[in-house]
Amino acid sequence: MSDILMPALSPTMEEGTLAKWFVKAGDAVRSGDVIAEIETDKATMEVEAVDEGIIEAILVPEGTEAVKVNTPIARLGAEAGAGSSPPPVTPPVPAPEVPKVTPPVQATPAERAPDAPTPPAATPAGRRTTVRDALRDAMAEEMRRDETVFLMGEEVGQYQGAYKVSRGLLEEFGARRVIDTPITEHGFAGLGVGAAMAGLRPIVEFMTFNFAMQAIDHIINSAAKTLYMSGGQITCPIVFRGPNGAAARVAAQHSQDYSSWYAHIPGLKVVAPYDAADAKGLLKAAIRDPNPVVFLEHEMLYGQEFDVPEDPDWTVPIGQALIRRPGRDVTLTAHSRMVGLALEAAEILSKQGVEAEVVDLRTLRPLDRATIVESVKRTNRIVSVEEGWSPMGVGAEIVATVAAEAFDWLDAPPLRIAQADAPLPYAANLEALALPSVERIVEAALKVCYR
Amino acid sequence: MARQAAERKTRKAAARPTDEGGASRDQLLAWYREMLLIRRFEERAGQLYGMGLIGGFCHLYIGQEAIAVGVQAVRRPGDQVITGYRDHGHMLVCGMDPREVMAELTGRAGGSSRGKGGSMHMFSTEAGFFGGHGIVGAQVSLGTGLALANSYRGNGNVAFAFFGDGAANQGQVYESFNMAELWSLPVVYVIENNQYAMGTSIERSSSETHLFRRGASFRIPGEEVDGMDVIAVRDAAARAAEHARSGKGPYILEMKTYRYRGHSMSDPAKYRTREEVEEVRRNRDPIDHVQELLAAKGWADEAALKAIDADVRAIVADAAEFARISPEPDPAELFTDIYVGVAR
Repeated sequence: MSDILMPALSPTMEEGTLAKWFVKAGDAVRSGDVIAEIETDKATMEVEAVDEGIIEAILVPEGTEAVKVNTPIARLGAEAGAGSSPPPVTPPVPAPEVPKVTPPVQATPAERAPDAPTPPAATPAGRRTTVRDALRDAMAEEMRRDETVFLMGEEVGQYQGAYKVSRGLLEEFGARRVIDTPITEHGFAGLGVGAAMAGLRPIVEFMTFNFAMQAIDHIINSAAKTLYMSGGQITCPIVFRGPNGAAARVAAQHSQDYSSWYAHIPGLKVVAPYDAADAKGLLKAAIRDPNPVVFLEHEMLYGQEFDVPEDPDWTVPIGQALIRRPGRDVTLTAHSRMVGLALEAAEILSKQGVEAEVVDLRTLRPLDRATIVESVKRTNRIVSVEEGWSPMGVGAEIVATVAAEAFDWLDAPPLRIAQADAPLPYAANLEALALPSVERIVEAALKVCYR
Repeated sequence: MARQAAERKTRKAAARPTDEGGASRDQLLAWYREMLLIRRFEERAGQLYGMGLIGGFCHLYIGQEAIAVGVQAVRRPGDQVITGYRDHGHMLVCGMDPREVMAELTGRAGGSSRGKGGSMHMFSTEAGFFGGHGIVGAQVSLGTGLALANSYRGNGNVAFAFFGDGAANQGQVYESFNMAELWSLPVVYVIENNQYAMGTSIERSSSETHLFRRGASFRIPGEEVDGMDVIAVRDAAARAAEHARSGKGPYILEMKTYRYRGHSMSDPAKYRTREEVEEVRRNRDPIDHVQELLAAKGWADEAALKAIDADVRAIVADAAEFARISPEPDPAELFTDIYVGVAR
């Protein structure tokens, strides 16, 4: 007798929905038979039996959400002992239909964090939403608002998005406005820029920004520079968006952080949000912006939940940093996923008597230098945190700004936390060594505080 | 999307016609005048370059005039034109002011981009001219994007994307071909095959030198056209535009042409013989051809043609003078037009 366990679809998957059972108690299965289907917000997969035997019991009924990886989902008995097996412990109960496409404005209780308390009657200004759905809601709202907005990219339509960010958009807006492209980044980026020059407002999705390397000529030479070269005649209201930076265990070619590459270019705006509210508010602002905007998302944030205001007219202005945690002892600057690490580090530091101020940059170009400089004038110390490499990087720019504009306020040399100066390795231990960590941030913060 | 493979044939150019091909006297005279304007304008640009008034790169269109003029003849209001850096002739036929074009060449405030673009980067939304692009092949994807916008809006307009035999080897050209045919986008690809990509002849750069066949694996029809014959260009462009406008998707025209001058202003001219250039000038010149047709029909005597020449020379002289006296851009222009709605 053995248990069949909930499998993981990816290294980052922690839980999923047991969408469907193809077998019932008493059925004989052979290895390789498809016995169930599981889903996450990213993907759907069939579960195959590994061993032969008789299904003795279905332990998790179909339709159950948030089933943790490695939870026993069924019990398999040897064929000979089938007759003496007890009746199913949990008879399959008809589960409510789980819609494949979640309607944009609806949060089921199961989507909340498992340990979240019942929301108070007076709900705050927001609704718990994943970063993934916040991005989708932003696109959907802007597409409803402006007929010239459309989405193009690989697998954005029928597949519902490689990371399910565009889930439901094809159904609502049709194939004219949700365009599945061939795998042809250079070409479709150029088509998008051309359409923008003709007055439309394309959202060009890159499956990851690693693939945008093929298209970077159009992002820079065609999108960023044409307004200038045309003496202000040709505008390019376009958003290039997609996940940027390290995913988990996908190695060097799929893991690069391009923040400083794009933030280097006059003519581009560059946005890199951390939480779902900023993801939504900034993406809406980016779509409405008359300039080309590079919108850097993070795969490892897609599934995280935050409060998001529901007002469809609410946006977050591009170009403003946000102090996520005030503190008097040291400034930590970060963007995208690194903000989460900085906030965790700040909690640890607080227990050691060091109050860190966490500045979420949110926009990298134009960079909100004033907020950074003012923070350093209060704390007199700074550690910049970025996921990319430090040479010629975001931290280099921040440190240069602080040196130029707050030199007399500094009580310690600034430090930069960044990825190790090597291509990102695949091996789990090396990958962990390469990427910035909470521990390294804490260590650096203590160092600039001479502790 | 039913496709009729039989229609997707490519065809080679017919022999150069010796009659006016149904063109009226006024049309022929207008084309003659436009081609002459381009030639005189480019000759003057070459002079100004030699005088140090124009800097950087400057790619002259001399020899290729019939293509811009013949395609323009079938353009409808709202149709867009986009090309690479050999763009002066296209801008003139699209209706941009010769003064603005010449002043852009000299980098002056009166230039169409207020001096910030130069020879390779000029635009006019009013004239439907979308550049003027310095990256070889970029205009093909961008032009296909203009066509995507036409298709999205259902406005019945066609985008004409011009590129050279050199650009025809860029990967994004084929990415664009694929999507244009896949989505039936209204775009006409006009390959100006002047036989040399900078200094590399087409035989040395291309495994298939018949560029009109380059769309075959995407099911895009293509035609070879005598690009030195404005009437042949017009006729082919009319077929291509009709194909694109009627929803059948893209069409490729390979214009066989020749540039008399170097690739840019500094050109070693070691890759072809003087005799080769002279042979084309003597026997295939597009302007001489129209002049002969006009004479044969008795539609213009020498005096009439001289009057046109004088008129064109006056326009060019005026543009050159404007470009000389127009002031350099204000230093504040350094930081304008980087972002819409942002003054730094």
